[in-house]
Amino acid sequence: MSPRAAWRLESLGFGDVYDYVAGKLDWMAAGLPTEGTNAQRPRAADVARTDAPTCGLKERLGDVRDRVQAQGWDSVVVVNQQRVVFGLLRARELEKDPALLIEQAMRPGPSTFRPFVSIQEMAHFMVEHKLENAPITTSDGRLVGLLLKQDVVSGPAEVS
Amino acid sequence: MPKEIDRDEVRRLLDRGAQLVEVLPSPEYEEDHLPGALHLPLRHVEERAADLLDRSRQIVVYCWDAA
Repeated sequence: MSPRAAWRLESLGFGDVYDYVAGKLDWMAAGLPTEGTNAQRPRAADVARTDAPTCGLKERLGDVRDRVQAQGWDSVVVVNQQRVVFGLLRARELEKDPALLIEQAMRPGPSTFRPFVSIQEMAHFMVEHKLENAPITTSDGRLVGLLLKQDVVSGPAEVS
Repeated sequence: MPKEIDRDEVRRLLDRGAQLVEVLPSPEYEEDHLPGALHLPLRHVEERAADLLDRSRQIVVYCWDAA
């Protein structure tokens, strides 16, 4: 739609026209702000825990488990230096052989969700699919935070 | 010929005073639009563009995605 609009504007004599082809989806997937009636409704990025622990592929599971549990968590997101998500370890994976490398123990390629998804949608999806948590990422795969089911199922009223 | 640009270039152009224009229909604009975006649905471009837009400034149009 935007290419047609851009070309039509040029045909009407507007001389300096640009087409943001990736559009609103790209903007919102990057977690950037919007205006409008939906802007006041809490979204995944508003509720996701940005302090969720992360680890690298080559770390030892035992080391990561100790660190994560000491921080009071039972899940950890596997990322690279650019915070691109490679995997996820929940309680079940954290209980594996502590000598394993993270890349051997993790759930590879976990489902991720975009920052603009409403927490109502996330709550519905997480309950339906029995997910205790879900990584929220930008469209280029970078971790925004970890969304906890307890925060979206029981916590919308607590969102500031 | 309109130039295709990415998100970073959108922000640079906006910093330089470009006009941002969403061309989707009303419900989608009202629910979510980029900050400061004007609303000019595609089907109304001919009749409204001259009144809504400043010819002396750059114009960035967008819709939902590239599809």
